[in-house]
Amino acid sequence: MTVKHVLNDQLAMGYAAGVLPEAFDVVVAAHLSLSDEARAMVSSYEAVGACLMEDCECFDMKPDAFASTLNRIKQSDIVVEKPKAKNVLPEPIQKYFGGDVDKVKWKSLGGGVKQAILPTDSKAQARLLYIPAGQSVPDHGHRGLELTLVLQGSFADEVDHFGRGDLEIANEELDHQPVAGMEADCICLAATDAPLRFNGLIPRILQPFFKI
Amino acid sequence: MARTTEAPRPEADWSRKILSVRDTRDEGAFAELFAHFAPRIKGFLIKSGASATMAEECAQEAMVTLWNKAHLFDPSRASAATWIFTIARNKKIDAFRRAARPEPEDLPWGPEPEPEAADAMALQQETQKLAKAIEELPQKQRDIVRRAYFGDLSHAELAEETGLPLGTIKSRIRLALTRLRQTLSE
Repeated sequence: MTVKHVLNDQLAMGYAAGVLPEAFDVVVAAHLSLSDEARAMVSSYEAVGACLMEDCECFDMKPDAFASTLNRIKQSDIVVEKPKAKNVLPEPIQKYFGGDVDKVKWKSLGGGVKQAILPTDSKAQARLLYIPAGQSVPDHGHRGLELTLVLQGSFADEVDHFGRGDLEIANEELDHQPVAGMEADCICLAATDAPLRFNGLIPRILQPFFKI
Repeated sequence: MARTTEAPRPEADWSRKILSVRDTRDEGAFAELFAHFAPRIKGFLIKSGASATMAEECAQEAMVTLWNKAHLFDPSRASAATWIFTIARNKKIDAFRRAARPEPEDLPWGPEPEPEAADAMALQQETQKLAKAIEELPQKQRDIVRRAYFGDLSHAELAEETGLPLGTIKSRIRLALTRLRQTLSE
């Protein structure tokens, strides 16, 4: 695993505490599937959560709670892990499409760029982006927070070069124009909690139609 | 049922109980885990804004998951309490969202039947130190951390700098993950 750009403390804590919008949760979960460094960061914040839970005031369970739990166990199945195939989409993303990239129903954005929106709750929006090798995404700024996780190929922008598993965290200060690397078509998962702000006139007119 | 008042146990005991649930489906060990953790999960849920009914339901469901996923517990990567916290947190979000929460891929077990006992021990010690460090945080910072975990802060309000000393525990977990990858690729 050679992931270079991992999530920050804010996101690690937010994910561990469980306060992120669903669209950000899926980006972080996919990122953790690809980076042990990121997983260790989140786990340390989960240890903090455990300390707080240990200190919580206890509430009595119902008198029949233990019997009822044993009963639920008898009616449930033990979770058996399946061997993981080497897929482009990590499991947390596959759950939204019912499989790997071959199951994704893309919508064209023009110029070979395609997207597929994940059906998450509406507090933030996550979408898969498909950018042909060497192609650029329209120059854009952000009103809120934008997370971009690379799943295939790579992209480069004003900040750095990002490969599989790398997460770029962009906020209001960053205006960037990501360009996909030449080695392969680039697939990324991007999530925002506010619509993007495109700098050209045409993309701005198209924005309401494409929900980007 | 009486309020849980037993003396605090060393963390190692809880890890062992989860492993006996895993290895021998030990209902006695499960009963002890239930008596300690279920009321705490319920308290955590209520503090996070759940109704008593929802909290009871989540606590029971979390304990079912503990039983069914005991084979995925790795004491060198998470203390028993940390592992149970993640289960409880997920049940909470599932209940609030009415949909399954995105979770990272489960890590498989390597060919080694057990992680290094020394690793598990070292992680337990780090977890205890962390608990102490949280207690010793200045009041204002401790409040921010608490509010974050009980859902009183939005993700945009989360502080970048919490003052939590997480460097060592993170390195411990990172080391355990590296060992796991090594055994998997051997």
